[in-house]
Amino acid sequence: MQATAGIHSIINAGQTARFGDLAVVCFHCGTPGGTRSTGHDTANTLDEKWFCCAGCRTVFELLSEHGLNRFYALTERNGQPVGVAAGADRYTFLDSPEVRARFVHYSDDTSTRVTFRVPALHCVACVWLLENLFRLKPGIGPSTVAFVRKEVTVGFDPRVIRLAEVATLLESLGYPPDLNLADLERPSNPISRRLWLQVAVAGFAFGNTMLFSLPAYFGLGSRLDTFSGPEFKAMFGWLSLALSIPVVVFSAADYWRSCLFSLRQRRMSIEVPIAAGIAALWLQSAWEVGFGRGAGYFDSLAGLLFFLLCGRIFQQKTFDRISFDRDYRSFFPLSVLRMTAYGEERVAIDRLGIGERIRIRNGELIPADATLITDAAMIDYSFVTGESEPVPRAAGDRLYAGGRQVGGTIELAITKPVSQSHLISLWDRDAFRKPKGDAFDTLTHRYSRRFTWIILGIALAAAAFWAVRAPEKAVKSFTSVLIVACPCALALAAPFTLGTGQRVLGRQGIFLRNSGVIETLARINTVVFDKTGTLTLPKAGEMVFQGEPLDSRERRAIHEIARQSTHPLSRRLAALLQGDTDTRFAGGFVAGFREHPGCGIEGTSDGVAVRIGSRAWLAASGIELTPGGDGTGSLWIALDGRFRGGFVLTSPLRPEVEDLVRNLGRSRRVELLSGDNERERERFAAVFGGTGHLQFHQSPADKLNHIRRLQAEGHRVMMVGDGLNDAGALQQGDVGVAVIEEAGAFSPASDVIIEASRLPQLAALLSFSISAVRVVRLSFVVSTLYNVAGLAIAASGNLAPVVCAILMPLSSASVVAVACGATHWCGRRSFRAGSGRIFATSDNPIPAKTTPREGKPT
Amino acid sequence: MNVILILIPVSLVFAGSFLAAFIWSVRTGQFEDTDTPAMRILAEEDRPTTAAPLCDNETGIDHEH
Repeated sequence: MQATAGIHSIINAGQTARFGDLAVVCFHCGTPGGTRSTGHDTANTLDEKWFCCAGCRTVFELLSEHGLNRFYALTERNGQPVGVAAGADRYTFLDSPEVRARFVHYSDDTSTRVTFRVPALHCVACVWLLENLFRLKPGIGPSTVAFVRKEVTVGFDPRVIRLAEVATLLESLGYPPDLNLADLERPSNPISRRLWLQVAVAGFAFGNTMLFSLPAYFGLGSRLDTFSGPEFKAMFGWLSLALSIPVVVFSAADYWRSCLFSLRQRRMSIEVPIAAGIAALWLQSAWEVGFGRGAGYFDSLAGLLFFLLCGRIFQQKTFDRISFDRDYRSFFPLSVLRMTAYGEERVAIDRLGIGERIRIRNGELIPADATLITDAAMIDYSFVTGESEPVPRAAGDRLYAGGRQVGGTIELAITKPVSQSHLISLWDRDAFRKPKGDAFDTLTHRYSRRFTWIILGIALAAAAFWAVRAPEKAVKSFTSVLIVACPCALALAAPFTLGTGQRVLGRQGIFLRNSGVIETLARINTVVFDKTGTLTLPKAGEMVFQGEPLDSRERRAIHEIARQSTHPLSRRLAALLQGDTDTRFAGGFVAGFREHPGCGIEGTSDGVAVRIGSRAWLAASGIELTPGGDGTGSLWIALDGRFRGGFVLTSPLRPEVEDLVRNLGRSRRVELLSGDNERERERFAAVFGGTGHLQFHQSPADKLNHIRRLQAEGHRVMMVGDGLNDAGALQQGDVGVAVIEEAGAFSPASDVIIEASRLPQLAALLSFSISAVRVVRLSFVVSTLYNVAGLAIAASGNLAPVVCAILMPLSSASVVAVACGATHWCGRRSFRAGSGRIFATSDNPIPAKTTPREGKPT
Repeated sequence: MNVILILIPVSLVFAGSFLAAFIWSVRTGQFEDTDTPAMRILAEEDRPTTAAPLCDNETGIDHEH
């Protein structure tokens, strides 16, 4: 172990601080490990530095050995806890060609580039370490970190090192790659390079053409003879014409395309008048320059496109860390342990065949429908069905994909390939095929439909009028009307308002798929909630004792017996009693402990004969039961042969849920769709004010159909859910809102992703959306006023380029100012409670006091 | 005033070179990740081979990301 002088100085600085409080923390990850006075595990001590585990120590040694000690200078005790190193075979499946092909995005004989998602990435030191991977192992080339996306792209030499070894190296450093399938097909960069280039070209042309136009605008021509010579005028005109060609051809390309598309569909959209305006501007200007009749409006043309394209960029706000299009594959592991005649091996799940045997460990997801081979299993289907309690299953039972094993390792035989599993068949439904929303059915398009016909009417009327009075003015007045009426400001109103709205919401922990969702949100009149994980906390809840009170000796005895069992419910009970049992007396003698699978446990501790189990089992053992309660998740207790009551599972409601439901209920229909049983019907009836809108035992397909039925009745539905079981309903709802525990966590495909701590803001979200749509309408009014003023001039046939050059940017700028300003103001008003806590984390939930205004749509 | 005949092309070439620089930067992906380079610069080593004594400032980097 070589440590250089520099490293010692850092380490010493760190230790003086620690000697003060005598606390020992892991030098690598900062995990506390007791104090020096009370003693601590000294097995992992090295040079006065203590490590919490062999993994952390190994990382330290590895880094020191390769001169990467700077990691500890960049971040003090802030590394990733490593724990026990995973088996070397964990990533071997990555080397099979078909899996490999999914990760690797470039490969030739001597170099390969691969991108991994690394959720543990969190600070400067991580970036530095991951970009210095090449120093740790031969064969690794340059690596690049994308911090916000939490990705690392590693180059390596496939002749020297295998892909699996690269993944293992990352894991051994405490940065296990997240290999879920759906992340592999990432969408390309949201704001495309093409759009940036279009803006650049338009901006370039805009600035330069403006310069060429200034002499004409300021009348320099008439005063400075030499400067104003016709040759200059002509030169400026031709230069502007030249600059305008790339603008019209390249920057405006999308407008031509959209305009053609709308015409072919015979539907009016905002692009039609824009394209007409651009065409009129260019043709009129080219004619003026070509025949020496004037300077044209090239500056207005380039400016118009520049502003329009800036609006597009602004509108295309996306959130890097959040994916709105996850499907089932992102929830499943990439690989699973398959049992073969030669032992275990890791295989990619889509290579699993019918009849093959797999092994699932505690906490792992079942990847495909299968039959249980092991004697017993506890499967937590909460994610798939919304049931909050794990259910027991016995050998031979059918297990469905998406369940999670709780407890020991189990073996399964696959009965269906992954792609045909029960759960996954839900994704083949229509709800997942049809794109949501109609591109033509937006506020802007509805408004522009009327607008466009009016403009065309005015243009034709002006042309007809002048054709009679002064024919030479007819064409000019016609084009002038189209030019002035070009709805630049109109086209900017919605992008800037909704784009600003999307940003305001993003700061509140509410993320929208795109800014258009706000328009749909504003029209929502029915809100449907899922229960488990949405209204209640996701960790299936607390146990509450109901029955004859227990004294501390009895509680201790129950704790001792429960401790003996590995059954998840026993473990939960033991954990519950741990807290209020005096641990000094723990570890008492337990006699006659027996476990009856599927029934319960019994034993004697401290002279108390304890039986814990199902009611049926207690009754069968000859114990007289007192009536009340059933609940599969409850543990019933008999002490010394006498029934005492039970520990009943309850899922605590999220804070503020009652206020939220009441607020939403004032003006909207609010419903509950739960996959769980009716155990808590009364509790929710109290929250929802009656049982009329509560539905239990809903399968994922039931939920989807219920939403569809509501829509058929004319409701516009917002579905709020969290799990795979809600995925269909989220997709079918006009707006699907997925609740996540922390930013970047998995969520089913949806339109809105909201951090769980922000759920109370849901009512504010809806009222904010309504205000935002109002702001869009207000901006339309502003833009129309400009158009009326401009049209008055244009119809008279006297539109001077300078008027055009002032009017257009002015109208655009004022619409943008109104849109952004008013939206921010609305955001502040709607989210007054949440403001100032913008950076609150999920473990510091917001005690959001809802202001009285939030509930009402304002 | 004939100098304008030289100045105009010069200014166009000048502005055009900025446009070209921008196009180049977009094409090489410099607009795709604007966060990591800002962090990378903090971690850069002055002299890669020698471990220089480090002052407290360097450990005071914001870890809360």
